[in-house]
Amino acid sequence: MSGSDWRPLAPLPALRQRARLYQHIRAFFEARDVMEVSTPMLGRHGVTDPAIQCIRVPGHGVLQSSPEYHMKRLLAAGSGAIYQISPVFREGESGARHNTEFTLLEWYRPGFSLPRLIDETCALMAPLLGQPPVKRVSFRALFKAVTGLDPLSADMASLQQAIPAGQHVPDMDRPQLVDWLMGFVVEPAMDRDTLVVVQDFPAWAAALARLQTDPEGDTVAARFEIYFNGLELANGYDELTDPAEQRARFEADRARRTALGLPDASVDPHLLAALEHGIGDCAGVALGVERLLMAASGEQRIDRVMAFTRDNA
Amino acid sequence: MATYSTNEFKSGLKVMLDGDPCAIVENEFVKPGKGQAFNRVRLRNLKTGKIWERTFKSGESLEGADVMDTDMQYLYNDGEFWHFMDPNTFEQQAAEESAVGDAKQWLREEDVCTVTLYNGSPLSVSPPNFVELEITETDPGLKGDTAGTGGKPATLSTGAVVRVPLFVQTGEVVKVDTRTGEYVGRIKD
Repeated sequence: MSGSDWRPLAPLPALRQRARLYQHIRAFFEARDVMEVSTPMLGRHGVTDPAIQCIRVPGHGVLQSSPEYHMKRLLAAGSGAIYQISPVFREGESGARHNTEFTLLEWYRPGFSLPRLIDETCALMAPLLGQPPVKRVSFRALFKAVTGLDPLSADMASLQQAIPAGQHVPDMDRPQLVDWLMGFVVEPAMDRDTLVVVQDFPAWAAALARLQTDPEGDTVAARFEIYFNGLELANGYDELTDPAEQRARFEADRARRTALGLPDASVDPHLLAALEHGIGDCAGVALGVERLLMAASGEQRIDRVMAFTRDNA
Repeated sequence: MATYSTNEFKSGLKVMLDGDPCAIVENEFVKPGKGQAFNRVRLRNLKTGKIWERTFKSGESLEGADVMDTDMQYLYNDGEFWHFMDPNTFEQQAAEESAVGDAKQWLREEDVCTVTLYNGSPLSVSPPNFVELEITETDPGLKGDTAGTGGKPATLSTGAVVRVPLFVQTGEVVKVDTRTGEYVGRIKD
């Protein structure tokens, strides 16, 4: 330990900027009659999603990777529109743009269509980013514009040829290869000064979103992600509300976990019971608060906007 | 040796890749969709000094490399090996020319160097950042030139050649920055 290790990583103006952002968020939702809620960070169950590893607290439960399940139980109980700013935890997600513990702004809008929620999300973010133009594009169209390939139908050999020369990559199946190309080829090529809304994700990336049929007749996930300056800022779903479909996805996740050699994850019976009770049509979105602060200040590193990260907390 | 998962990757970590010991220079976590996450890692091959870039699926692991930096005193060169001694344990190590590399032009007996050991044998040698060496040969230069403009080549006792100001003469001891190979100043008794 050297003498200055106690110091916060982010400069003080960045901390003030966070305080102002919280005021902006609270005023934004106050004006729209969305209620602020607070749900537990420590719950009995985590998520089954094989792409998210929860942190377990032995004897107590699981640090929540998102407030989603608890918030959906509030929706089922008739809360109406709700939002929350909360710390969330994801094992292994640490790097220049990620920290194991980070802050999500998550909100749910009963009766909203996905386009309406996209408009609201852009309205929340735009004033902080200098009112940039908004561009909407489907995942397929965006992927094709950069690689020349359709992510759903291109053969594996063509997808592999889209990997830039000299890159050493692991063995990957189609979803992994499409994700790799998205992360290392497509995302870096996106417009940086535009809010890019990517919609209609491949069905394998549905997570907790409804499935729908795209104009080409293929099944896609009713999801969106919003990017600015090469950073993913927000991720929204037309929420899956069918308990039978939800249960089937949980079990598919658990089977995939076993196949990948990952620890099993319990299914949250309270969430399924809440869906049985019914939450009605609903759109929801999670926005990375540190990502938004980075985008607003032109920073590329999360430790420029967080006082204490995994390295010095 | 321990194995390290991508969760534990950070700069400076020494791992084995394709049979060679490497040091992680940079580790970038990338999660493009809601599916597979990746770690894009830049590594320095400690044998060749080359930089490698690889992507791993998050959760994959690499074997740790048995690599350790040790401060050792340079003893002598027997024509084939450069010999070093740990001043605490008096344990000696013989380094091959490939391990000593460019450091050899700065090695003065009894100077303390950083010797990187891999599986207990010298992999590379870093000289001290600053060394003080005697000039064995340089042109007399111009008397009265103290501004140090231009300069001239000087051969040092270890064989290294550095540029020195014109007023510096054979037999004098000079301080040199080994990282840049530049003259820093004269050492006066």
